[in-house]
Amino acid sequence: MAVITDAICSLCGSLCDDITVTVENNVITDVERACILGRNKFVGMFLHDRIESPMIRKNGELVDVSYEEAIDEAAKILVNSKRTLSYGWCSTSCEAISKAIQLAEETGSLIDSTANVCHGPSALAVQEKGGPSATLGVVKNRADLIIFWGCNPAHAHPRHMSRYSSFSKGFFTQKGRKDRKMVVVDVRKTDTAKLADKYVELEQGSDYLYLAAIRSIVNGHEDVVPEVVAGVPKEEIIEVANTLKEAKFSCIFYGMGVTQSRSKYKNGDMVSSLISDLNQHSKSVMIGMRGHYNVTGFGQVATWETGFPMAIDFTRGAPYYNPGETGANDVLVRGDVDAAIIAAADAGAHFPQESLKYLAKIPVIQIDPYANPTTELSDVVFPAAVVGVEAEGTAYRMDGISLRMKKLIDTKFKTDEEITVDLINKVRELKGGA
Amino acid sequence: MSELLIKNAVVCDPINKINCEKMDISVKDGKIVDSVSSGAKVIDAGGKLTMAGGVDGHTHCAGKINVGRFMSPHDMRMTNVPGLSGKEAPTATTRAQVGYNTPNAFAIGYRYAKLGYTTIGEAAIPIIGARHTHEEFEAIPILDKFGLTLFGSNWQVMEYIRDDEPEKLAAYVAWGLKASRGYGIKIVNPGGGEAWGWGKNVSGLDDPVPNFDVTPAQIVVGLAEANEKLNLPHSIHLHCNNLGKPGNYETTIATMKLLENIKSKRDRQVLHVTHVQFNAYGGTSWRDFESAAPQVSDYINTTDHMTFDLGQAIFGPAMTMTADGPVEYSNSRMLHAKWSNMDVELEDASGVVPITYSPKNFVNAVQWAIGLELALLVKDPWKVMFTTDSPNGGSFVNYPEAYTYLMSAKRRAEVIETLPEMALGRMNIPGIDRELDLYELAIMTRAMQSKMYCMDTKGHIGVGADADIAIYDLKPDSVDTSVEYAAVKKAFSGATYTIKGGEVVVKDGEITMTPEGRTYWVNAKMPQAVNDAMQVDLVQKFKRYYTVNQANYMVEDAYLPHPVEITTEAI
Repeated sequence: MAVITDAICSLCGSLCDDITVTVENNVITDVERACILGRNKFVGMFLHDRIESPMIRKNGELVDVSYEEAIDEAAKILVNSKRTLSYGWCSTSCEAISKAIQLAEETGSLIDSTANVCHGPSALAVQEKGGPSATLGVVKNRADLIIFWGCNPAHAHPRHMSRYSSFSKGFFTQKGRKDRKMVVVDVRKTDTAKLADKYVELEQGSDYLYLAAIRSIVNGHEDVVPEVVAGVPKEEIIEVANTLKEAKFSCIFYGMGVTQSRSKYKNGDMVSSLISDLNQHSKSVMIGMRGHYNVTGFGQVATWETGFPMAIDFTRGAPYYNPGETGANDVLVRGDVDAAIIAAADAGAHFPQESLKYLAKIPVIQIDPYANPTTELSDVVFPAAVVGVEAEGTAYRMDGISLRMKKLIDTKFKTDEEITVDLINKVRELKGGA
Repeated sequence: MSELLIKNAVVCDPINKINCEKMDISVKDGKIVDSVSSGAKVIDAGGKLTMAGGVDGHTHCAGKINVGRFMSPHDMRMTNVPGLSGKEAPTATTRAQVGYNTPNAFAIGYRYAKLGYTTIGEAAIPIIGARHTHEEFEAIPILDKFGLTLFGSNWQVMEYIRDDEPEKLAAYVAWGLKASRGYGIKIVNPGGGEAWGWGKNVSGLDDPVPNFDVTPAQIVVGLAEANEKLNLPHSIHLHCNNLGKPGNYETTIATMKLLENIKSKRDRQVLHVTHVQFNAYGGTSWRDFESAAPQVSDYINTTDHMTFDLGQAIFGPAMTMTADGPVEYSNSRMLHAKWSNMDVELEDASGVVPITYSPKNFVNAVQWAIGLELALLVKDPWKVMFTTDSPNGGSFVNYPEAYTYLMSAKRRAEVIETLPEMALGRMNIPGIDRELDLYELAIMTRAMQSKMYCMDTKGHIGVGADADIAIYDLKPDSVDTSVEYAAVKKAFSGATYTIKGGEVVVKDGEITMTPEGRTYWVNAKMPQAVNDAMQVDLVQKFKRYYTVNQANYMVEDAYLPHPVEITTEAI
C-alpha cells in the first residue's frame, strides 16, 4: 500500500494540490480532501467507460485493432486531408499540447481548444482591454469583496470557495468569510447565490447593460443611469457600485454566464474596463473560472508556441488567428475542414448539432481515456492514459500558475503525448514516401 | 565530438584585450582550445569581424512575455515566417515564427541567434511562476538561458529585514533561487509590489511599505548584503523606485549611493541598475520633462561599485512588461491602452501595457536621447550593458539599428533632424560627438556581461570559453563605422556565422540547426542550521498563506533538461 501526498487533482481549473491518495495493488482505494467531482475522477477511473483497445470503424462498427494499425490509419487520414481540425487538448498535459501543436503545424491543420465553447470570449476581451488579474492566493490573503458573476462554484468548482475565495483565511483576512462580503450576480438563484450577502438577479442576456450602469456610477455619472437596468432597480445598482468602490480589495470571478450569454466578449471587455475604473478608487482584479483542468495550459502553450491562445490555423504555414472564422465550430458549421482529430475533450457532447452533423460526415480520430459521444462519431480511436492519475505532466490553474501533476498508478495505456509523437513520426514517414 | 578551425578571423575580444587582430580560433567539444588536429573542419572567416556570442543580460523572453503575446494579436500578425517546407518536414529544423515585440518562443531563439547572440537572461521570475518560465526556456531553441528571481516585495524577505534576521534572509534567498532555478536577485520597485496589493505605491527610498514596516532602502541594502553573504555570481539587479516619473533621477542617484559601502568578495560590481533610461528623467511633470542623463552619468563616472544597462528606446511599437505593477496601471490610464496585471501571492506584482514610441512625441524623443546619452556620457564602457529592456524600449531585433546610433554621430544627426523642436532643448545628445568603436561595442554587448555575471565561459573567446562565436560581414580594417552605418547595421542584422557550443547554428543570416540550449542556475549553500531555522518560518507561510503546497512549489528537475548548476558557498 502506498500513500501519496500533495497529489494534484486533474478535474477542474482549481487544480487542488493537497490531495492524499492511497494506492493498493495499483488501484486507488482512498482519496482524502478531494471534492466529490475530484474523488470520482480518482477512484472512478475504471467505473466509467474506459476505451480498452485502439479501434477502427469498419463497415460502420468500431472494431479492435492493433495500435500500429490505428496509427497507420490515423496518419493516412491526416496526410490525405487538405485541412484537418484538431480540437480539444484540455484534459491533458502541456507536454501533450505542445506535441499536438507541432502535429497541427506539420499537417497544416487548424487547432482549437474547448475555449471555443467556453472562455474563448474572455480571451477576446483581454485582447480588447487587457486582463487585470492576480493569483488565487492574492484573493485568499487580501480580498474583502468577492463577486461571482455568471458562475456557480458550489457545483462547478466545489473547493474554490474554501481554498481560494469566500471562506478561505489569509494574512489580511484572518476571519475568513466574516472578513469578506460576497456578491453573486446571476440569472437564477444558484446554490452559490444562496451563500452570498447580496444576490443580484439579472434579466437574461443583460449583463452588459448592468455592467455599463455600474461603471457609470463608479465614474461619477449616476445621473445617466435609468431607474431600472437589467431588471434591477437603480438604488440596488448604486449599492453594488458603492460596495465595489469601498472595498479594499475586490475580485470578480466570472464564468460562462458572462462569456457565452448575449454580448459575449463585450461583457468581458466591460468587466476589464470596470476593473480599470475601480482601481482609481481601490484595488480590484478579475479571474475567469476555467473549467477543464488544463484549458488554461492550452492557452499558455499555444501562445508561446504560436502567438495565439486558440483558433490557430496553420493552413498558410505560419499561424493565422481569426476567431469567428478559425474557431472549431466556425469551420465545422461552414464545412471548411475535411477531417478532425479530437483529444482530451468531448465535442460530441458539447458542440451544436450543426457541427456534429458535419463531424459525422468526415473522418474523425479520437484520443481519449473514455468512451463518450465523440466516440460514436469517430473512425479511429486511441485509448489514452488518464493524465494526472496514470501519467505525469504540467497543468495550469485558472490563475495561470503551473503545477506538475503526479503519476499515481501504472497503466497499460499510452499517454496523449506518446500517441501524438507516434502520429508525427508516421505522418513524416508517409509524406517522405510520397 | 567534432573539431573546428576558424581561420583568418579578425577578433574583437575585450576580455582578452584583443582589439581586431587577425588570428585563428580552435574549437573542440564545444570549447575554445589552443589547437586542433589537421582533421578539423575549417571555416574561413576571410578577415571578417569575429566576436564572442552576444549576451543579453536583461530581456523579457519567458513568462510575463506570454501575457504580452496573449493580449496583442496585432503584434503576432507581424513578421510571420512559416516553418521550413519542401522535402524536409515543416517543423524538422525551424518552427513557424510570429510576432515582433512579443515573438513566439521559437522566433526568439532564431532571431537572437541571427544577431550573433547566444545567451539571454530573463529579467524577472516570480518564484511561484518559475515553472512556467522554465517551460518557455525549454521552448526557446539554440540559446543558453538564465533568469533573475524577484525578491523585492516578498513577504518573507521584508519580514526578515524588518526583524533583523540577515542569516535567515540569506537562507531564504538561497532557497528561493533553488525553488525558481534562478541565477540572481532581481529587485523591482522595492516594496512597490506589496503596496500595489492595495492599489498603492511607494514614493521613494524612505516611504515605508504598508503593513510591513520596512522601507525600500532597507530592502535594497538587506538584499545586497544577503547577495554578498551568499557570494552569488551576480550582484543585486535593481529596477529603482519611481520608474517612468519626471524627476526620478534623484531617487536613482540616491539608490546608487546607498550601495557604495557594500563590499564583495568577487570581482564584480555590487549593484546593477537596470534600464536606467526610464530612471534618468528630469523636470517636475511631463510639461517640463527633460533628460537627466548628465546628472546620472556624472555620478556613475565617480564610482566603481556599479554597472547599469540602457533600456534604450526604439521608435515604433513596443510592449511594456514589468513586475512594477503600479507603473503599468499608470501607463494604461495615461496612454488609454489596454492593461493586464498579475499580482503574485506573497511575492510581487506585474503588468503589461502596449506602447508606441513616436519620434513626433517630444517625450518619446527625449527618452530616445536619454538612453544614448547614458551610454556615451559614462566614460567606462565596462559599466554599461547595451539593452532595450526588450521589448519595453523596443524589440531586440532593433539592436543593430541602435548600434549605429552609438557608433555614428552622423547617423544620430539624421534622426535628430526628424525630432520636434520642443524635444531638442531637453536633450543633450546633439552636443555629444563620442562614437563607440567595435571594441567598445563588444564590451557593451558581450564582454562586460561576462564580468558582471561572473560567467567566465561566456562573452569571450579565450581558451576554455564556450565556443559561442559570431562572425559578422564587416572588415574592421577597411570599414569606417562612423560613416558606413548602413553596412554596420546590415552586418549585425544577420551574422555570417553564429556558432553555438561549437556548432554552426546560423550561416549567412539563416538558421542551419537548432540544438537545445542550457539553463544556468545558482545553488547557494548556507549552513544547515540556518536553513532549518528559516524553514520553520517558511512552513508557516505555506500552511497559512500560499495556495500551492510547498511540496508542489519547487521547480522540478524535469523542467531543466540541460541544467548548468553553479554552486556557491556562503561567507
